[in-house]
Amino acid sequence: MNRLLPLALLAGLVAMPLGLGTNPYLLNALIVTGILTIGAMSLNLLLGFTGQLSLGHIAFFGIGAYVSALTSLGFDVDLGLGLRVVHEPWPAWVGFLLATVAAGGCGYLIGRLSFRVRGAYFVIVTISFAEVVRLVALNWVELTQGPLALTNIPPITLGLPGLGMWTLKTKLQNYYLVLTVGTLCYGVIARLVGGRFGRAMRGLKENESLALSVGINATRTLTVAAVISAAMAGAAGSLYAHYLRIIDPDVFLFATTVTMVIMVVAGGKSTLMGPVVGGLIFGLLPVALRPVMAPEAQWIVYGLVLIVILFVMPQGIVPGLSALLSRRQARPAPVLEVNPAVQR
Amino acid sequence: MNELIQHLVNALILGGTYALLGIGLTLIFGIMNVVNFTHGALYTVGAYVMYLAVAALGLNFFLALPVAILGGLLLGVAIELVLLRPFRGSDIDTTMLVMIGAGIILQSGTLWTFGGVAKAIPSPFPEAPLQIGPVSVSWLRLFVLGAALTLIALTYALINRTKLGLAMRAAFQDSDTAALMGVDVRRIYTATFALGSSLAAAAGALLGPVYVVFPQMGGLAELKAFAIVILGGLGNVTGAAIGGFILALAEEFGAGYVSSGYRDAMGFLIIIAVLLYRPTGLFAKAERIG
Amino acid sequence: MSAILSIEHVGVRFGGLVAIADLHFDVHEGEIVSLIGPNGAGKTTAFNVMTGFLKPSQGEVRFRGTSLRDLPPHAITRLGLARTFQRTSVFPDDTVFDNVMIGLHRMGAAAGRVPVIDALLGRAAAGERVVRARAEALLEWVGLAGRAHEKAGALAYGEQRLVGVALALATEPTMLLLDEPVSGMNASETRVFVRLIRQIRERGVTILLVEHDMPMVMEVSDRIVVLNYGRLIAEGPPDRIRTDPAVIKAYLGQGSAARQAAAAIKEAAHA
Repeated sequence: MNRLLPLALLAGLVAMPLGLGTNPYLLNALIVTGILTIGAMSLNLLLGFTGQLSLGHIAFFGIGAYVSALTSLGFDVDLGLGLRVVHEPWPAWVGFLLATVAAGGCGYLIGRLSFRVRGAYFVIVTISFAEVVRLVALNWVELTQGPLALTNIPPITLGLPGLGMWTLKTKLQNYYLVLTVGTLCYGVIARLVGGRFGRAMRGLKENESLALSVGINATRTLTVAAVISAAMAGAAGSLYAHYLRIIDPDVFLFATTVTMVIMVVAGGKSTLMGPVVGGLIFGLLPVALRPVMAPEAQWIVYGLVLIVILFVMPQGIVPGLSALLSRRQARPAPVLEVNPAVQR
Repeated sequence: MNELIQHLVNALILGGTYALLGIGLTLIFGIMNVVNFTHGALYTVGAYVMYLAVAALGLNFFLALPVAILGGLLLGVAIELVLLRPFRGSDIDTTMLVMIGAGIILQSGTLWTFGGVAKAIPSPFPEAPLQIGPVSVSWLRLFVLGAALTLIALTYALINRTKLGLAMRAAFQDSDTAALMGVDVRRIYTATFALGSSLAAAAGALLGPVYVVFPQMGGLAELKAFAIVILGGLGNVTGAAIGGFILALAEEFGAGYVSSGYRDAMGFLIIIAVLLYRPTGLFAKAERIG
Repeated sequence: MSAILSIEHVGVRFGGLVAIADLHFDVHEGEIVSLIGPNGAGKTTAFNVMTGFLKPSQGEVRFRGTSLRDLPPHAITRLGLARTFQRTSVFPDDTVFDNVMIGLHRMGAAAGRVPVIDALLGRAAAGERVVRARAEALLEWVGLAGRAHEKAGALAYGEQRLVGVALALATEPTMLLLDEPVSGMNASETRVFVRLIRQIRERGVTILLVEHDMPMVMEVSDRIVVLNYGRLIAEGPPDRIRTDPAVIKAYLGQGSAARQAAAAIKEAAHA
């Protein structure tokens, strides 16, 4: 894909509120889309680049949301056996950091696991993990309020000593916060994938035995990928909690994982821009469809689009389009060089 | 003690329907190498066909059951022909995503058609339970167990006693060799998916009257079916039958003695524990189905 | 000459089946040694034991004095023992150039550095140029420079083999194990490959190869080790192996392919 496209897209997104104004409905859609797109980018690191189909990704997102919310709200929990844990509220940005770390820690566990169980088993184990976490959030009422939801989550406050503090209350502020975090995540993934670590992931995905034989440590590579992926999903979950300022166990719904999977697969897995393009399309599609059809019908459209894309463009939109483009402006074939030492 | 027996009886009854769900899913995986993410939706459809037949059309309860099973069967044939056949030869991840898409369409379609309000299916059985000593069982639940066991027996007979079953077993062993031996593998796939789908619909039609019917009921059922199949080893029919009863026992005792809120968590904890202990399932060594 | 690789009484059993029984031989520094034997003699199994893909039921393999018993494949590669694979010798979806870049994984790893952190801080950029230059040189050296930007999976069979060798060389081995490197190559490709093997040895790399192409084995080897039914039945220079009755008998006892190979051995003996 063209190197300029990400930059052009970023410039467009930065300028968008200036051009389209600050319509709260549109901004809200963009913020939520942005948060889900960060989730999709992080999922792509596992699904696309390492080839591990993890369908429990929402667990990391939800854990991030709950850790961040609970850190900034405080809690008072009786663990039984006379153990009581009381936590006073901390600033929201600390919650954001802890959310990233906690989700990354869970990613470590899943990454280690992906070595013991493969294929369909791995898929099912990740779904199970997410369901267990959801049921804990639903049932540990003392900590999470269960279905009553955690409310009044404070918005994120940013500040530098001496420069003042900003509490990100408005939609516009949150829009730029999400855009910043999203751009950071994109940059981190691009750096990882473009270099040595990315080549190790590709090698393992394409031919594991051969990758091992050139000295690539499979366990470490996959674990690191899972940790980074989970940490980013946790960061996205934290943004979600502090933006909506209310979360309930429904953040763990399988449907959200499916949304992220659709974003990645439709956009183009194992490409950098794929999840972004897929995220924007499938994040904003509901906004476009809302005036014309019921939410259930929208989901039917989602399902149809997923199947149609797998039919027509199994690689996804971004690789599909770039293949079309490169066919049009085909590069000249490389000149055959002959090594004088080894005549062929 | 009495409480223990009551729990055992409850688990036995629940286990029958779980086994149905699991057998359907494991057949599809074993023979077609497809992780069927429409299984839950098919379960829901079975329950709704039952509801439509009994509550809306006034059909006899016992006649409505085969109608629901037939509904699942036809829908299964349609899914296989339209969605799976064109993707034959794709990798397992692709078919998994196609099935996820189809599952979304079915579930949202049900929600769109019937609305989100739970429906009850009237049953012809007396309200008062059957009382044997300290144990009480509702007549409806007894019927559900009987029907489930009958369907399991029929499935076994189909696999082990018929030509179709022989062809299915051949395809399970090695689809290429089966094709060389003159088995029409494409028809076997359609038949397998239809059979698995009708079993899922049967489970929904049987449990629908016991609980209530709502569009999202299939989601959890599907995840439980995965748990059962993992317990039994992917592709192992007997394993799935046993897995169904093990899951029911774990849920019943988990809910009874640990916490009712974590009833549904039992399946997933079992999956995680089993896979950590034996990454290929408890009964994974079995080579053939049936 | 000292032993660089020692196979010390290695046995491998799969259930009741004995794949290798008490295999014992050395490879000396700077040698080209061939491991031959009829189909199912346990050659590839032996390779898998030497490179950590399979744990032996008994005995052990030592490489430059270090026991490989508890080492995973990637750690064995890092000691300087590299291998190629019989069938899948490339990363099929990447270009030939990127294949070699993946193969140069070890090169980017300066001691004690964490690659992820390097990547994030952009410290890798300078090293990256060196790695790319090295990849280009390697491709040039094995004669694949003209194919650098083609998908490895789309190359002809013989060329994929060359990519496999380039990948193994990318790990800077002191010893190279080649698993049937010329199978599927035509006569002229094989000739080029033999020259390549000799050049690799001239760079100080010891070579052990498994191969069915008898004329090629006889031409290139300093020494030959013969396996049959998992047992070592003969060992020595090509001249002695050619006339060894046990070897000829082992090949004659097999199917038509093996009989052809036996004929080839005799033919090579007369040549």
